[in-house]
Amino acid sequence: MTRIHSATELEEVRKGIVSKKDPNKPCVAICGGTGCLGGRESLIHAFEEEVKKQSLEGKVDVRVTGCHGFCAQGPNIVIYPEEICYVKVRPEDASEIFSQTLIGKKVVDRLVYTDPNTGKKAVHQSEIPYYKKQTRNLLGANPKIDPRSIDDYLAIGGYSSLAKALLQMTPKQVLEEVKKANLRGRGGGGFPAGLKWETARNARAELKYVICNGHEGEPGAYMDRAIFQGNPHLIIEGLIIGGYAVGAQQGFIYTRHDMPRLRENIDLALKRSEEYGFVGKNILESGFDFQIEVHLDVGIFVSGEASALMRSIEGKAPEPRPKYTRTAVKGIWDRPSNLNNVETWANVPQIIDKGADWYAGIGTERSKGTKMISLSGNIVNTGVVEVPFGTSLKEIVYDIGGGIPKGKKLKAVHFGAAMGGTLPAELIDTPLDFDVLAKLGAAIGAGGLFVMDEDTSMVSMSKFFLDFLANESCGKCVPCREGIRQMLRIFTRMSEGKGKEGDIETLEELCEVGSLASLCALGKTTSSPIRSALRFFRNEYEASIKSAEPTAERSSAANQEG
Amino acid sequence: METGESCSHLREGNRLGRSGRMEVGRAMDESRINEIVDKYGGKANSVIMVLMDIQHENHWLPREVLEKVSHKLGVPLGEILHIATFYKTFSLKPQGRYEVHVCAGTSCHQRGSGKILEKVQDLIGISPGETTSDLRFSLENGSCLGCCTLGPEMVIDGVHHSNITPDDVEDILKNYT
Repeated sequence: MTRIHSATELEEVRKGIVSKKDPNKPCVAICGGTGCLGGRESLIHAFEEEVKKQSLEGKVDVRVTGCHGFCAQGPNIVIYPEEICYVKVRPEDASEIFSQTLIGKKVVDRLVYTDPNTGKKAVHQSEIPYYKKQTRNLLGANPKIDPRSIDDYLAIGGYSSLAKALLQMTPKQVLEEVKKANLRGRGGGGFPAGLKWETARNARAELKYVICNGHEGEPGAYMDRAIFQGNPHLIIEGLIIGGYAVGAQQGFIYTRHDMPRLRENIDLALKRSEEYGFVGKNILESGFDFQIEVHLDVGIFVSGEASALMRSIEGKAPEPRPKYTRTAVKGIWDRPSNLNNVETWANVPQIIDKGADWYAGIGTERSKGTKMISLSGNIVNTGVVEVPFGTSLKEIVYDIGGGIPKGKKLKAVHFGAAMGGTLPAELIDTPLDFDVLAKLGAAIGAGGLFVMDEDTSMVSMSKFFLDFLANESCGKCVPCREGIRQMLRIFTRMSEGKGKEGDIETLEELCEVGSLASLCALGKTTSSPIRSALRFFRNEYEASIKSAEPTAERSSAANQEG
Repeated sequence: METGESCSHLREGNRLGRSGRMEVGRAMDESRINEIVDKYGGKANSVIMVLMDIQHENHWLPREVLEKVSHKLGVPLGEILHIATFYKTFSLKPQGRYEVHVCAGTSCHQRGSGKILEKVQDLIGISPGETTSDLRFSLENGSCLGCCTLGPEMVIDGVHHSNITPDDVEDILKNYT
């Protein structure tokens, strides 16, 4: 493959790719997300076989893409150029889809999405309520590109932001643009990315690093892998631009070990971007050198914490350290290391391409852009959603999420899993906003939105979260290790109907000590779900202590969608 | 719980706990270890990646293999054991041919994964973290596998068995012999 040396050459290559693509060539885009395929390849094989059977090699493309987002209706496919969406597609459907739609140009009615509320059929994404209400600035490209093809990414304008940043802007200008856009970290804290970049940029050191955190260990959060697996070049492009702004020559990608397709796509994307010259020495003849190395998490929650993750990249056990000195100043091997989450990096190319003013026009006053949310729990439409900040939780849960299954009532929504917070149904009109939600004790976290129906017991939820944390605490500091254990003991008693007077006060004390004295974010925020439950569901805790009855565990083990 | 005659073969033999002794499972040969170490340039900070490749291929980390890795990378054995015991993916004991993973994420929990785990434990007679003595199954119930639509679910060797009920478990396990 030829190396690209300049912006002009990049545009020529792009034109060449686009001119070779026939926009009217039929294509079956199969969602390759785990939610759709479940680790099986049979659906892909069925379509590939059908191409051979019908002797349509070269005339019909079968494209395995990243997550389309509508996991509840999976396996999802889209037929191009008409952009017909089929849901719940099985391998047996392949031959009918070929004969009816790809050859006969007719829609197969039974595979079209039907709105359960209105009974209306929706043939295109733009007509399906789940997609209609979203703004898919990041995820929108997923069905349109093959994540394993750098040409597909170039065809939709890929790497033009990198060329613009390297060749038309100084590192300082790139930094200022990101600051002006007020891009805030999507990994949990919501800290302004530009300010973090600036700290790393201003730190005195010859070697600096930028890191993409794709650990995504928060239960119920799966949007990062959706975008990383489906559009890996987008994140790589963002990371290189970040490296340029910060003054780093080395980037690290830290991602999950347990998703083979994700890792394959990242490895292949890196290889291709090196071949084209977007990674390596003297990128686009700009004089900027940048390398990227992939590291894998090996199955422990705390290794997603910034300082622990950096230890892991050094090749050590991922124990967090106190952050008296920020990792942006002293991180990997004590060098300035700027870490951002996958989604944060994914936002960078569009900010450079369309400008900070465009970006800042989306969202609320202090939360800009869109946010990817993974919907889970007692909700009809489980899946990955992307909405502008400012969208109300009600719109997300009802208009997009389709509400609560089996006609049950909404009890609460919960952000941030075991380290997040719960909001009662009465606050469902709250807008999606970093600061508004943090004030209510339910910080967005990474963006996992967990929905609970009326049958959920808050005592057993609290016990569940503590059970998880007790297993995941690294054990280095006492407040986290012992505090979680003691809190879990209390909730276990409460759920057995053996709660006693004074339990709530003890919990409050343990929460306070844990949040003040723990070493890292894991220990500091373990008390968050309990604090928010105490704020909105204190009665339920009290009633559980008084009643001396065991808490009813959820009895249904059946599929909630019904 | 009545498990029926048809599945008695699922729980043959005694269970082997975390501390159980196990003599089976051969260590990897040295040339393969060298290949893996070389793949990562023999750098000390690649120790986690090296161990992971070995774990993937060999399904566990025998002590003599760890000693060789320690020697080749120049990383003290104590440090390697610190890593190997810290991360959940690493196992210092042989694992079963099939790794059964019952998702215990929030969404699966909410949809009844507790009952699925109970049924699996009942059928194969081991608890999470254990391996059957015939080395057929290992059981894990770690958190979220990122497929909340599929919950409650059980993953066996990378294949997701989704939206299952306790009644489905036996038929699924029968396919893994």
